Amino acid sequence: MELEETLLPGVGVRYELQTRSGQVLGIVVQREGGAEIAVYDRRDPDRARGMFRLEPEEADAVAEVLGAPRLTQRFADLSREVPGLESGRFPIAEGSPFAGRTLGETRARTLTGCSIVAIVRGADVVPSPSPGDPLRAGDVLVAIGSSTGLEQLDRRLSGRLPG
Amino acid sequence: MDHVAALLVELGLLFLGLSLLGLAARRLGLSPVPFVLIAALALGDGGIVPLSTAEPFLTASAEIGVVLLLLTLGLEFSASELFSSFRRHAPSGVVDLVLNAPPGFAAGLLLGLPWQGALALAGVTWISSSGIVARLLGDLGRLANRETPAVLSVLVLEDLAMALFLPLLVVALAGGGPTAAAAGIALAVGAVLVVLLAARRHGHRLGRLLTHDDDEQVMLRLVGLTLLVAGLAQAMGASAAVGAFLVGLALPASFADRARAILGPLRDLFAALFFVAFGFATDPGAILPVLPAALALAAVTTATKIGTGWFAARRDGVAVPGRLRAGTALVARGEFSIVIAGLAVTTGLADVGPIATGYVLILAVTGPVLTRVVEPLSAHFLPAPSLR
Repeated sequence: MELEETLLPGVGVRYELQTRSGQVLGIVVQREGGAEIAVYDRRDPDRARGMFRLEPEEADAVAEVLGAPRLTQRFADLSREVPGLESGRFPIAEGSPFAGRTLGETRARTLTGCSIVAIVRGADVVPSPSPGDPLRAGDVLVAIGSSTGLEQLDRRLSGRLPG
Repeated sequence: MDHVAALLVELGLLFLGLSLLGLAARRLGLSPVPFVLIAALALGDGGIVPLSTAEPFLTASAEIGVVLLLLTLGLEFSASELFSSFRRHAPSGVVDLVLNAPPGFAAGLLLGLPWQGALALAGVTWISSSGIVARLLGDLGRLANRETPAVLSVLVLEDLAMALFLPLLVVALAGGGPTAAAAGIALAVGAVLVVLLAARRHGHRLGRLLTHDDDEQVMLRLVGLTLLVAGLAQAMGASAAVGAFLVGLALPASFADRARAILGPLRDLFAALFFVAFGFATDPGAILPVLPAALALAAVTTATKIGTGWFAARRDGVAVPGRLRAGTALVARGEFSIVIAGLAVTTGLADVGPIATGYVLILAVTGPVLTRVVEPLSAHFLPAPSLR
């Protein structure tokens, strides 16, 4: 399988994929976060047809369906692009006060300003977890926030900060 | 009416009028630039709205409009996009220059303009409107097409060339000899290269300096810095527009997205005032006599732009219909042709105004129409369908 990547200056990036069944799929990922999905004309293979336009939130929804495991990578990329925003992975250790409690009980966002964007549990990923999701020892939380916020979160999750 | 009342009423009517024009343009699927130009020609003494009180404000706003247009142009393209376009499509950029600038230069000389005016007209015919073209490609659903990277790369290279062409033009318009012109170009090339390299290494620092949680803070810092650099560039005999472009280039891509979002409305407001001021300063009576010349020039440079797009798309292995789509998409000229003509007009070459206005009026409208029309027509150039 070959995924071809072409830079579209001022617009974004175009990805092109020739599937094994012989179809050619084109995806334009725009800088603003929207996307266009196209299939190419059989007679004029340079021309995109059946254009499918996605708003940023729709593109996110589709990406979530197709690529939840890629989430952590995407947040690592995001933190590189936005100055002042960082991401971190925080394991819930055996002795953590939050093992066995819910995500909401960490009160991460209220107290540290950090957002927990995913829970990695072995090979599974829970993207956009909700406050009611349970935490288990061995889970890894993926969080984004300021560097001080992430430090506070780390201290809190390991139980070094009274809650 | 007292002064303040007159100023506010004039500006209010002006903006309401621009809003209606924008609606009409959008309804027709065209760029508002030609509509604003036509309306501005009708303004002034003896026009519907005399705008006598607002004139000093318009003049100052027009300067800010150019600065913001060039700043957002610099923000539009990251250094990596410039480098990769340059590596891959440099020959297309050269073909673009060689095909499209000489017709303007020749026409300028034939019209009896001094060589500096002819040089300005060369710039007018050379630079496609990245605003119109990029929007057109999105509207027509051509972003995923295979010829599109070539089209966008030509636009990027033109925009980079603007940063070199504008200082050259400023030096020429200032009446300097060949030595001064050479020094001016060397300075411009040096400045662009230094800024691009510095942006690669240290751009994030500048980004951090300007970044703040509060949008208002970001806007004030960014506009402040840009006007300062633009003013200093102007004071040093370069062009304010070039200084603004360099600020845009130097900002890192991560910050540029936010800056574009914050500056967008401000840019649109002042850019509209720039087009108004330009049309305002142009004598409508002077356009009619040069209209045949503008039409001929438009016809010639439509053909040369199609040639440019054809060449660029062929380099990417695109077939004939795609080459035609690429060529016709590039035909539209717009905001930057007017910026170039505006530079010439403010330095006293008023004769450049009417021909450039006529030319942009024609191509800002026919360019988008042409590329829409060519799409179904070009299907005839396809090979017979293969049975698969």
